[in-house]
This record gives sequence, C-alpha cells and structure tokens, in this order.
Amino acid sequence: MNYQYNIGCSLSNLKGIREFVRSSLKDQQVPEIEMSAIVLALDEMCSNLMIHAHHCNPDHMLELHIDIPAHGKFIFEIVDDGSLFDINEFHEPDLGNLVHQKRKGGLGIRLVKAIMDNVEYLKRDDKNVCRLTKVIK
Amino acid sequence: MVHIKRLQEEGMDIISVIGEIDASSSIELDLAIAKSVGEGFKKILVDCSALEYISSAGLGVFMSYIEELKDKNIPMVLFGMKEKVLNTFSILGLAELLHIAATKPEAKKLAHELSV
Repeated sequence: MNYQYNIGCSLSNLKGIREFVRSSLKDQQVPEIEMSAIVLALDEMCSNLMIHAHHCNPDHMLELHIDIPAHGKFIFEIVDDGSLFDINEFHEPDLGNLVHQKRKGGLGIRLVKAIMDNVEYLKRDDKNVCRLTKVIK
Repeated sequence: MVHIKRLQEEGMDIISVIGEIDASSSIELDLAIAKSVGEGFKKILVDCSALEYISSAGLGVFMSYIEELKDKNIPMVLFGMKEKVLNTFSILGLAELLHIAATKPEAKKLAHELSV
C-alpha cells in the first residue's frame, strides 16, 4: 500500500503530517505506543527539514510517502529539493552537556535514531530522499 | 494546538498543558515556565494529564530549565502523563533527569521533599 502527502514547509503543518501518518497506518494493527513513536519520528524529521533546509518557507514543499511492502514493514520517504540534511553525519550531543548548556535542540535526531530501524539518504530525479524504515514484529 | 492554564494551590504554581506540543507550539510552554519562575514561585508542578503529544521541541524546553531551577532551588514536578507521552521522555532517558510523578498528590509530596 502506498500513501502520499505534499505539504509546505510551515511548522503549523506538522499537525497535518502527524494526522496523515496516523491515518495511513490505522488499519495496520500497530500498537499505540509504537504508533505514537512512529508519528513522533516523522514529525521530528519533517520539522528538522523545514527549519534547517527550508527556513520554514511555506512555499517550499515536502513530499511524504508511506509504503507498506509487507505486513509490519513500513518505509517512509521524505522527498525535498533543499540542501541535504543528513542526520547520520550529525553527532548527537551528550544529554549532560545539553542540560548544562541549557540548550533546547539536539534531541530530535536522537529520538529518530532510537525509534527507526534504519535512516538512509538517496537521490532520485535530482531530489533528496530521506528513507526511514521501521519493522514491527 | 496547545492551551496552557496556570493556577495556584498551596503556594505552588500549577501549569496545565492541554493538547499537543511540537516545534510550532513549544514556545508557549517556555513562556509559561519563564513566567512562573519570574513571578517567584518556589515550587512548580506541570499537569500533563491532558497532554496528548510532545515532540523534542517540548522536551528541550523542560531540559533547558533543569540547571536554572536547580540553581534557584525550585523543584519542578511533572505529573499525570499518559503512557504514550511518558514513553517519549523514556526513549531519551529524560525520565531520569526530570522529576515525574503519577498523580497530583504525589507530585505535591515530591515537590515538598525536594525543596527541603
């Protein structure tokens, strides 16, 4: 099954992204705790892209694709043509340091890596594709 | 998105967070805690019973106050969290860095203990 959602890079659209992910997965018997974590990971990835690659310009678009190739396997792709923001190259700051520096950022990437099984980047038709994979047994 | 109410009980400021906190709304939480500290409250409780969702932007707000509140000896206790919300804190190990109680009476008790 395939689902697609196109959205402008405004943080006020994050709620729509969460609703899209939740409704696309609603018939997949995903336990609520897992469902909430997946929704969170997609929110984090999209907000990161909106802020860091698109400076929250609502005219810039993200495409969100959800593919369910087999029962319990979920592939999420976020497609955009902004500058590449590769979280695998970003070193998560130590929690103690974040507290000490009173910093508010740096937690989202840690969440995405903890929730998803795999995060990879590819190019397709000259666009950036961030692919997140999650398997629920 | 998020609605924040503040009320006072037994000299404590109780911040109720209703709805969802994400990157677009975390500033509201930040302002509420800043006001509470600015108004001189010595104990802060955060009622999370109507909090349906929190992303890293909201977690970051709580984290950013840990040091300041510790320096000022102001305990901040979160309570009433739904399991799915608590799970977000737990994934990051924040449940150990913040003070979290199950119910309001437990949160009040913990705030008293922490301020001694």
